[in-house]
Amino acid sequence: MATTTYPRPATTYVSRRSKVLEWLTTTDHKKIGVMYIITSFGFFLFGGVLALGIRTELAVPGLQFVDQATYNQLFGMHAIMMIFLFVMPMTVGLANYVVPLQLGAADMAFPRINALSFWMLIAGALLIVSAFLFGGAPTGWTLYVPLSVQVAATGVDLLLLGLVVLGFSSILGAINFIVTIFKMRAPGMSLMRMPMFSWTTLVTAVLLMFSIPVIAAGLIMIFIDRNYGGGFFDPAQGGSPILWQHIFWFFGHPEVYILILPAFGIISEIVPVFSRKPLFGYKAFVIATASIGALGFTVWAHHMFTTGAVFLPFFAFFTFLIAVPTGVKFFNWLATMWGGQLRFDTPMLFAVGFIALFLIGGLDGAFLAVVPFDFMVQDTYWVVSHIHYVLVAGAVFGIFAALFYWFPKMTGRKLNERLGKVQFWILFIGTNVAFWPQHMLGLDGMIRRIPDYSGNAGWTELNFISTVGAFMIAFSVLPFLWNVFVTLRKPADAGDDPWDAYSLEWATTSPPPTWNFDSLPDVRSERPFFDAKHPELAPPAPETQPEASA
Amino acid sequence: MTAETPAMDPAAQEHLEESGHDTQRGGMDTALLGMMLFIASEVMFFAALFAAYFNARATLPVFPPEGTEFIDPIGLPLFVTILLITSSFTMQWATGRIRAGDRTGLNRGIAITLIIGIVFLFLQLYDYSVLILEDDFGIDSGVYGTLFYTLTGFHGAHVLGGVIGLSVILARGLQGQFSRKHHVAVEAVHYYWHFVDVVWVLLFLVIYVIK
Repeated sequence: MATTTYPRPATTYVSRRSKVLEWLTTTDHKKIGVMYIITSFGFFLFGGVLALGIRTELAVPGLQFVDQATYNQLFGMHAIMMIFLFVMPMTVGLANYVVPLQLGAADMAFPRINALSFWMLIAGALLIVSAFLFGGAPTGWTLYVPLSVQVAATGVDLLLLGLVVLGFSSILGAINFIVTIFKMRAPGMSLMRMPMFSWTTLVTAVLLMFSIPVIAAGLIMIFIDRNYGGGFFDPAQGGSPILWQHIFWFFGHPEVYILILPAFGIISEIVPVFSRKPLFGYKAFVIATASIGALGFTVWAHHMFTTGAVFLPFFAFFTFLIAVPTGVKFFNWLATMWGGQLRFDTPMLFAVGFIALFLIGGLDGAFLAVVPFDFMVQDTYWVVSHIHYVLVAGAVFGIFAALFYWFPKMTGRKLNERLGKVQFWILFIGTNVAFWPQHMLGLDGMIRRIPDYSGNAGWTELNFISTVGAFMIAFSVLPFLWNVFVTLRKPADAGDDPWDAYSLEWATTSPPPTWNFDSLPDVRSERPFFDAKHPELAPPAPETQPEASA
Repeated sequence: MTAETPAMDPAAQEHLEESGHDTQRGGMDTALLGMMLFIASEVMFFAALFAAYFNARATLPVFPPEGTEFIDPIGLPLFVTILLITSSFTMQWATGRIRAGDRTGLNRGIAITLIIGIVFLFLQLYDYSVLILEDDFGIDSGVYGTLFYTLTGFHGAHVLGGVIGLSVILARGLQGQFSRKHHVAVEAVHYYWHFVDVVWVLLFLVIYVIK
């Protein structure tokens, strides 16, 4: 093994700057990743409180808790926080921490742009939160025109600006990840040996790079219509309201893959390690990931079936087609587990929970691709249920799986397993209690985004059950916070490789040094660290070194 | 490792290769790849604006809507188009000079390109003032006005970005910071400038020429 270590100064480098300034000015991908994770978790709690407000109001018929205007802000801000300020920055944070380590790199390709991305996220988040103080954004996260143009509140302008700033942060981040993955891989780490989380990060970054500029243009168009008398979306001036829906969903559909693909990658890291097998069908998995990314740009108008302005067979066909690569992934995960020595530590529990529940979200989404069915349930709780089965049972389960899996790498400490399992079961049951009844509500015709419903509609019990589930989900976060708190007070005794894992991030210390690796094992397969630990099972070294160094 | 690279401590070279720091291992320069990807995302930004334009043309029975007229391409628009295309050639020439190691040529080429860029911006402002003050054609003059000012305005903002980039290149070039081998910033700005130029040519054809 080429593991020459280089002499380092005997004394560790002590920064003259204070600890706080050190973090505020850092360009270390690991510190930036941790800051992303902490920030976005804060917004997860914020957005969760807004969700509790929604569910509390809907628990029983009548308006008891908030008025209608406040309710409109609750659901809009809940979605915006969860999508743009929780799931996206959380997955960016995880990727920031993990991807350079998985590639065997010392940092991202552009460390200072990486820091810029993070601080632009903070700036955008402040703009979006400040919208609350200026009339809020009672437009929903979809910002449909003409509502978003006609609402007088300054909050909408702040929201638009905040989203554009976030978009710029995302584009810079996406470019950074793509360049890092193409230029910073360790010797031997070919693209087809790259860990699956790095692969899904690459595809996610490509989706971001091509979809975010489109929504940025659209947000600017709304801004111009609102403030400078523009006519993009005003039929009286020759504009078209449907144009906004096209622009929004051209971004919006790739966006849902931006939210879920990193979770696919996380599950694909965890399932093989806890099954003691390599990932089944690595190449098929890569192709499926790339296909989902490409097909993601062909299906935007399935959100617009009922406008009557889109060619239904085309978009229905491609929507069904996406089920194929997604099915390949499910098959690969199950085949990886099949015959493996399964260990149900908390990361694996979340991964299996993901596989079970995301299937439900995927299937009820496939129903929506059926045009006549979609006409029936458009804008009902069926859609709410679908989005939450894919984003709570999908993205949130994936994120918790990742936090439990990589927490030992970030801190040197393993989170408490017992608390983790308690959290998992409350969350797993709560998710189903909260969102399963919404399928029935949707089929029964309950429209989303309403603060009230008739007591005679027969929706009272199902709504109450759903509210109970929402509080279970909220409650499940408490064991996690307690878990993090107590674990951080314990000594760092998890070791460098607590899960006996396969990829390069486990081949360095926990937490890794600023420069990540003193030396790297040879990379000859998609499981380089497994090969290093089991040289008898590893592929043989190439007989002749390319360009044998003299 | 290319042949011209001076001999390097083998251990240090090994470190570079092991840690993935070695940008000499072939392929595109890291910074240049970043710029290419940035331009790709910019293409999508302008694609969305163009899509809004084509959407209006495709859905409206009369375009431009009543009360507005097409702007005549002959005159100032054609002149600035020729000007901007010329600047692409001067930019290419400047880049070619530094690739050949000619620092003075680089500075001259960049200076000419920079001047053309600034002249373009002033002519655009002049054009706006004529349209707004004399022809009473503003961003609120129906969807055609909105599209015209948004598309040309965002293009102008990108020219301004290019002008800032060129100024930095010129300042660095005057200090002699570029050489035949080390001029990645020049390459990056030259890609960006060509991109801005191509966007203008498309804008000119779509907004002014196609009736």
